[in-house]
Amino acid sequence: MDGGANERSPAIRIEGLTKRYGEGPTAVDALKCVDMVVYPGEVVGLIGPSGSGKSTLLKCLGAVIEPTAGRMVLGGETIFDDGWKIHDLRALRRDRIGFIFQAPYLIPFLNAIDNVALLPMLAGKSNSESRQRAGELLMALDVGHRGEAQVAELSGGEQQRVSIARALANKPPIILADEPTAPLDGQRALTVVRILNQLAREYDTAIIVVTHDEKIIPTFKRIYHIRDGRTVEETGEGREVGV
Amino acid sequence: MINLASRDIANGLGRYLLTSLGLGLLIGVTLSMAGIYRGMVEDAKVLLHSSNADIWVVQQHTLGPFAESSTLHDDVYRGLRGLPGVATTGNVTFLTMQVKRGRDDVRVMISGFEPGRPGEPTLLVAGRPLTHLHYEAIADVMTGFKVGDRVRVRRNEYTVVGLTRRMVSTSGDPMLFIPLKDAQEAQFLKDNEAIRNDRNRLAANSAFNRPGVPGLLAAVEANQFSNHNVNAVLVQVQPGWDPRVVADNIKRWKYLQAYTSGDMEEILIAKLIATSARQIAVFLMILALVTAAIVALIIYTMTLAKIKEIAVLKLIGTRNTTIAGMILQEALGLGVIGFVMGKLVATLWGPYFPKYVLLLNTDAVLGFFAVMMICALASILGIRAALRVDPAEAIGG
Repeated sequence: MDGGANERSPAIRIEGLTKRYGEGPTAVDALKCVDMVVYPGEVVGLIGPSGSGKSTLLKCLGAVIEPTAGRMVLGGETIFDDGWKIHDLRALRRDRIGFIFQAPYLIPFLNAIDNVALLPMLAGKSNSESRQRAGELLMALDVGHRGEAQVAELSGGEQQRVSIARALANKPPIILADEPTAPLDGQRALTVVRILNQLAREYDTAIIVVTHDEKIIPTFKRIYHIRDGRTVEETGEGREVGV
Repeated sequence: MINLASRDIANGLGRYLLTSLGLGLLIGVTLSMAGIYRGMVEDAKVLLHSSNADIWVVQQHTLGPFAESSTLHDDVYRGLRGLPGVATTGNVTFLTMQVKRGRDDVRVMISGFEPGRPGEPTLLVAGRPLTHLHYEAIADVMTGFKVGDRVRVRRNEYTVVGLTRRMVSTSGDPMLFIPLKDAQEAQFLKDNEAIRNDRNRLAANSAFNRPGVPGLLAAVEANQFSNHNVNAVLVQVQPGWDPRVVADNIKRWKYLQAYTSGDMEEILIAKLIATSARQIAVFLMILALVTAAIVALIIYTMTLAKIKEIAVLKLIGTRNTTIAGMILQEALGLGVIGFVMGKLVATLWGPYFPKYVLLLNTDAVLGFFAVMMICALASILGIRAALRVDPAEAIGG
C-alpha cells in the first residue's frame, strides 16, 4: 500500500460489506464481508472474473443498491451501517460520486457542454456557473472545442472524455469507473488511464476502476481482486498483502 | 436548469413532427366529427330561422312538418288571422325530390311559399325575389344553379331568378323555393296515365256519374285533381305578444298543433337528429379512446427508447419529478402540435364535405383541453415505465 496515502483520511472505507440476494435456502451472498479502503488522489483497480461480485460491489459503492450488512464511510460520513442508510441516496450520488461507464452513456439530446453542466444544475448551481465549470473540465480534457457539438457528432474517444468530465462536474470525492477502456484500443486505453491518474492527482479524487483490460492492470499501484464475493488486495507487481 | 423535454424534442424534431402529424390527422377527424354534428344542428335550425316565423301551425297531434307529415287546408290561415296577437300568416309546403341540372341529378327540398309572407327567403346573395306567381324559382347556391338557369320540376320549367346561401333542409339538402300554387301542384300532381285511369274509374262509378245530375262528375273530378293542402302555416305575432300565449290560443280554439320557433328547434334537435347525434357522440368517444391509446403507445415507445438514458439520469441524481416532467411535457407538446395540425386539416378539408361542417371555436377550445387531458393521462404509462427504471441498469454486469 502507498505509505503516503495512509497518513490521510480515506475517501471511502468499507468494512465487512455483505450483500445477500433472496432469502432462506435459496439466498445468494454476492458479497461476503468485503473490506476496502481508497484514499484521495488514488486510482485503484478492481478486477475479478465474471460473477465474482464486481458489479454488485460497484453498485454498493455507487449507493445504487443497499448492502445487507457492513459499513461504508464516504469522506468521513457513514453512508451504510448494518442496515441503516443515509436518507437521500440520490443526492449522495449526484453530489459525491462520479460515474464513468463502459460506454459513455451521454444524454444524446444534450450537447457536450450540457451533458457535463447538467450535474451542477441538478445540484442547484446556476446555469452560467454550471456551464463555466463544464467548459473548464472539457478544456482540461482537451475537448473544450467540442462543447457545442451534439453527442452523435463526437468520436468515441471524445465521448469518453466528455463522460469523464461529467463524472468530475460536481467535484466528487470518489469516481467509479466501470470498464472505461473496454471499447478502446491499447493506446487509447492507456491514454484514458493516464487521464484518470492525472485527474485523481489534480482534483484529489479517489478513482476505483473496474476492469478486465490486461493492458491497463499493470498501471495500478493497488488492485483489489474479487473472487466469490471476497476481496484480496495487491500492491505493486502482484504482491498479495491483504485479506 | 436545462429543459430536457425541449432538448429531446429538438434532437429528434423530424420524427416528433411526423408523429404529431399522424396524431394531428386523428385529431382532425375528431374535430370534423364534432363539426359534422354542429353542422347537422345548424342545418336543422337554418330553415326555422330564415322563415321568420314565431309560430309553426301544423296538423293536430303531429310533430310536423319536418319530424312527421302534416297536412292542413290552405284556408286555415283565415281563421288564424282573426285570433288575438296574430300579425300575419303564410302557407308553406315542403317536398324533397330530385331535379336535373344538366346531366346531373340534384337532390333538393322544394318549398312553396307565398311571396311577401312568412316562409319567403329574405336574404338573397344574387338576383331578385319572385315577382310572378308561377314558374319562377329561388335556388340555394349549393344546388349549383345560377340566376337565369332553367330547372324542371315535374312537368313545369322554372327560371331561377334569385340565389340564397346556406338555405338547406333539416337533412342538409339545398332549398329550391317556388310559388305556393306551383308547389301544391307539384306535391300532389299525378302522371297522365294515373289521371286518365282515375277519370275512367270515376266515370264508371254510378254514384258519381248519374244521368240526372250532369255537373256531379265534373265537380268530383275538379275536387280530386286539384290540391288545396299545405304542410304548415307560419304565423308572425304582433309586437308585444308572447308567441307561447298565441300558440296556446291556436291549440285551444282551432284544434291544431302550434309550436313556437323554440319548440320547433327542440323537436328538430331532440327528435329528428337525435339518433344521428348519438351515433356521432359514440364515434367521438371511440375516437377519443383511440387517440388516448395511440398517444399512450407513442409516449410509452418514446420512453422505452430512452431507458438507458433515463437510467443514467437517475444514477447521476436526477429527480423522478424531473424525469416525469420531461415525459409529460413531451406528451403535452405532442398534443399541442397534433391539435394545431388537426385544427388546420379540419379547417382545410371541412368545405369539401358534402354536408355542412361547422367548426365552432368553443368546440376547438374544449377539444384542445380534451387533447391535453388525454395526453396527460396517456403519459402516465410512459412515466410509470420511466419511474420503474433501476439506476443500476446504467452499470453493467
